[in-house]
Order: sequence, then C-alpha cells, then structure tokens
Amino acid sequence: MNAVLLGATRGIGRALARALAERGAHISLLGRDPLELSRSAADLEGRGAAGTVGFHSCDLADSDGFGPALDAAFAELGAVDLIVVTAGAFGTQEQLEADPDLCERVLDLDFTKTILFCEQARVRLLAGGGGTLCVFASVAGDRARKPVALYGAAKAGLAHYLDGLDLRFRTSGLRVVTVKPGFVHTAMTEGLRPPPFAASAEVVAASALRGILRGRRVVYAPPIWRALMTVIRALPRPVLRRAAF
Amino acid sequence: MTEIFGWGRYPRMEAHEVRDEDLERASRGGALFRGLGRSYGDASLPARSGGEVVSTTRADRVLAFDPTTGVLRAEAGLSLVELTRVFLPRGFAAPVFPGTGFVTLGGMVAADVHGKNHHSAGTFGRHVRQLRMRVADGRVLEVSDTNEPELFLATQGGMGLTGQILEVELQLRRISSGWLRAESRAYPDIDALVDALRESSQRSPYTMTWSDTTARGGALGRGILITGDWVEPGDAPTKLPRQRTPVEMPLDLPSGVIGAWSLPLMNAAYFHLQRRSRVSVQGPRAFFHPLDGIGHWNRAYGKRGFVQYQCVVPIDRDSGIVRRLFEILVRKGGASFVSVVKDFGAEGRGLLSFPRPGITISLDLPMRGAKTQAVVDRMNDEVAAAGGRIYLAKDALTRAEHFRAMEPRLALWNEVRRKWDPEAKLKSALSVRLLGDDP
Repeated sequence: MNAVLLGATRGIGRALARALAERGAHISLLGRDPLELSRSAADLEGRGAAGTVGFHSCDLADSDGFGPALDAAFAELGAVDLIVVTAGAFGTQEQLEADPDLCERVLDLDFTKTILFCEQARVRLLAGGGGTLCVFASVAGDRARKPVALYGAAKAGLAHYLDGLDLRFRTSGLRVVTVKPGFVHTAMTEGLRPPPFAASAEVVAASALRGILRGRRVVYAPPIWRALMTVIRALPRPVLRRAAF
Repeated sequence: MTEIFGWGRYPRMEAHEVRDEDLERASRGGALFRGLGRSYGDASLPARSGGEVVSTTRADRVLAFDPTTGVLRAEAGLSLVELTRVFLPRGFAAPVFPGTGFVTLGGMVAADVHGKNHHSAGTFGRHVRQLRMRVADGRVLEVSDTNEPELFLATQGGMGLTGQILEVELQLRRISSGWLRAESRAYPDIDALVDALRESSQRSPYTMTWSDTTARGGALGRGILITGDWVEPGDAPTKLPRQRTPVEMPLDLPSGVIGAWSLPLMNAAYFHLQRRSRVSVQGPRAFFHPLDGIGHWNRAYGKRGFVQYQCVVPIDRDSGIVRRLFEILVRKGGASFVSVVKDFGAEGRGLLSFPRPGITISLDLPMRGAKTQAVVDRMNDEVAAAGGRIYLAKDALTRAEHFRAMEPRLALWNEVRRKWDPEAKLKSALSVRLLGDDP
C-alpha cells in the first residue's frame, strides 16, 4: 500500500502511520515542522515501513501549498492508494467562545482548509484511477451538544462534505472513509476530564485501519460510539438542553 | 492537578503531570521526568505536593535502528513492551529485562535496572551507548563514555536527578528465536535454594528464584529455581509468541485481604503448584514478566497500598546473612507473596547503580504504617551492617541515615550532581527523603 498522511507526526495520525508501517506500507508524510517530520519518518522506518519514508512541508493553514505538497508525495511514491487527513485544530467550547481568533482558526482549519485539501487530494487520486481518502471528523459533528457547539459545527460540515464526495465520486473509484472518534487521549485533549469510553490513539487508529481496509464509509472509533451516538441523536431536545454533555 | 503514586500506591501525592510528545520542550521547566510510574515508592513523585512532573510516555519514537549492529536510538518514553513487540520479529531483544515490561527506556536508565541475566549481562546501563539529556542549566547534551563520562555514569541509576533523559541509544541483543526454554525445580529451604541458584548461574544466562517468606522452621525460605535461555529456531514454534491482552484487576481488594492470614496459604499453594520440575517453551512476557498478565495487580493490596523491599547483601564474608534476613521477616511478620531471590554478578559502572556481587532479595510488604516501617528499619540495620544496600526504584520507607550508611559511593555521586546542578533544581520526593533536598 502507498499512503500519504497529513498530520501524522502526533496523536492519532502517528498511531495510524505506525499501524500502516507495520503492514509494510510505503509512506510519505506531510506536515508543518521538518524536524518533527524527519523524526517521525525515522520512527516509521524503524517500525517496518517499506523503503525510505519521505516527508514534505505542508501547512493546513496554507491552502496554496496543498497541491505542490501532494504532487511531491505522488512523485515520490509513484502511485498512491491512500490519503489520510488527521491534521486539525481543537479548542474547548469555553476557549472558542472567549477567543474569536482561536474560533476562526478552528473553524477555518477543520472545515474550509480540510475540505480544500481533500479537493486537491481527490483530484489526484481520481487521476490515478481512484483510491481511498480517509478523513477524521468527530462524533461531535453527529449532533449539536453544549460542550462542542462550535467544534462540532466544523466537524459536522466536514462530514457533510465527505458524504457528498462519496455520492459524487464513488462510482469513479474514490472511496471516502469518514472516521468519527470519540474522546481520545492525545496531546490535543490533554488536561480535559476524560468522559466515559475515552480511548487511546492506538485503539482509534486500529478502528480506522480496519475501516480503510474494508472500505467502510463511516467508521466510529472505537465502535461503541456508533451505538452511543444513535442514542444521543434520538434524545429529545429538552433533554439535551438540560444535559451537560 | 491529580493524585499520582508509584506502583506500590504508597505514598500518594498531588501533582501536575504534563504529558508531551516533545521532550525538549517539556524539559525546559526543569521538572522531574516520570516514565510509566513503575518505580514502587516515591522516585517518580514531585519534591512537594502540587509540583510538576513530565510524563515521557508520549515521546516514544524510534529514531534510528541499524539491523546489522542492533544499535537502537529512541525517545526516552519508548516502553520495553513496545520495543519487544517491534524488534522481536526482527531477531532483537532488550539486553536486560526487568520484572515488568511496562517501563520506559528513560526509566530503565534512571534506575539502571537489572534482570534474570544480571550475572551474565550486568545492568541495563552496560548496554547504553549514549544519552541525550537536558541538564539543570538548560543545555541539551549528548553524553557518553567519551563525552562527559562522569555525568553519563552518574545518570545510570541516578533516579532522574542528574538531568532529564530525552533520548537513549542502546545495543540490543541478537536472539536466536522469539522463544525461551524455561526450566523450574523446587528446593526445600533457603540455603539449598541459594546454593542451587549460584550453581545454575554458572551455566544458564537467565536465572532467578521465587521463595516462600512465610514457611517456618526447616522449610524456611523454600522455593522454586527458574532457569532459561533463548531457544534455537529449530526448537521453537514457527510463529512468534502472541501478546495476550492482560486480564485487568477490576477493583481494589479490601486492604486486609492479602495479609498475615492469607499469605502463608497463598505461598504454600504457589510452592506446591510449582513443585514438580518442569521444562517449557515460553514467550518473553511469560518468562520475564509473568505478573504483567494481570493488569493493575497492585490493586490486590487495597487502597493502603504496599511497599516493595529489595536489598542486596554480599555473602562472601557472612554466608548466614540471607537466612537471618528471612528469619527477621518471619518473626516481624514481614510476610510477602512469593519473594524473589537472585544472585548478582559484578557491580555496574553507574555511580549509584544498585546491583553488587551477592544475593538480592525482593518482596512486597502490605502497607501497615508503623509496623511496616519497623520491618524495613530492622532489615536495613542488618543490610547496612552486612555491607549491602537497597534498591531506590523500589524504596519508599528507608531513612536517610540508613541510606548514607549503605552508600559509600554517595559522596562521589553528590559531587557530580553538584557540578551539574549546584542548586539541586532537579529533585523528587525521593531526593527530599534520602538526600536532604528542600521540598
């Protein structure tokens, strides 16, 4: 398998890249910090990735760089079967309400910029005859809830786009895998009180990889969240108004 | 702010635990580094309540591996379990396996851990080639035998007090297969057990014994000798050993369940179950870390927790010392579930490294306040008089006077520490208790 990953130096992306490396995948990393990228490339080589793991500079905040970074990765790998996007930004509802700049950044990166990146990725995968685009949304996008009203809005919009992408290009060979993790223990959520069913990045990555290999359209990670969100989606509005979650 | 504690769950302390993937950044504040928290006592706790510690466990990248030489360089938070999972299929293993796989590279260096192969392979530090560390003045250095050798040796067994370990470069061991051949045999008392242990260490690279600290009279210290070695590929299963998910201990048992009444029964049951000599082929976890099969087994001791006591005593001058220590345990009610007895080889190079030639005994004592303190004090009297010492990675109750009496090497180590950290900025609850640091 030939895979390009954006945002795989840390957290869930790191865990998923390792799982791919252990399956012997050819990997190319995209990310912001060249030093971090080189260290993660070494890690993946040490863990069994095929050949040399390349890396190219790509900042999710800078959409002009998406095309050139993807072109560099495609040129390096020859053909690409899989593109994974785990990059993103996060803030708690309180932080986002208090800080309009942070709010703009989270909404912009998690919605607009991620979609623009997916568009560039989609074009290149289709030009090569198809492939899998795996993007991390969130259970926070499944239904509006108090603690994730803003973050959840961006992720809901992203999931909506990915749903449409599947409708539009599935028959042309594009497989879109939308991963919806619950709370994950990573640097991004450090300091937050973990709710029930909080999972490690490795568990979430394992769910995502299964989804990728089986071509699932939507993956809840860990899978228990599918049932939980079915219940939460069915809750009457007065209940959600009063609930703390 | 959370309550953190070592594996013995005593003592407990409020702390601000920072987890960061980037140790160079996280080390800037000069906080104590903590790995997987598997030291038993207060070694990984902050100097005062509410202080900061940096958890290294998210910094776990492999940075370089050369399959021709087996030299690995990795971030300090890489765990032994993960190292084994990644490198066993490629024919390499850690040079030294301590009693649990849930330890980090940085933690193994800081405690200069030993394993069943101490008599043949020495401590972990013997296989470390280089460390990247941040010292108290903020500089980041590559430290080795040729670059700042004093700091290199003071850091091995230095309990994280000489600097923060960011990266570790070590020599892995090439293995013939992913399996070990284990042989076990029972012996009727402590003297026979120790004789058999020392004799087997001449032949076997991995040896250790489990001993019953509750058996009295003629059966004092009866136990099981276990020896082993990596097997040749022809004698091993073709598949690699599977890493089963540990069975979790789901809750704290009430604090008295493991105690004076139950321990003799548990020990006797264990002894009689293992009594028949056996040969088996095992994976590394079953052989090196049998207790890792039960997640959070420390909860069996209840909320009050337990302390682990591990000492080493030379036996060339005083061959009765091991028996006397066992007699103290039996008399003072220092009963433990299967204690470990092992012979050590030569002293390592780490300035505060624990092992030295002699016999080491390690046991769990349910925490019973002053009673447990009294057992530890009494044992420490004997160990200090015999020229032995205790293992800081296990310790929670040793007094500073005892520690000083056991450690003639402390002055030299202190000198190196003072040179690199004159104000003792880098400290822990352990260094406050034993080295006189200000909290």
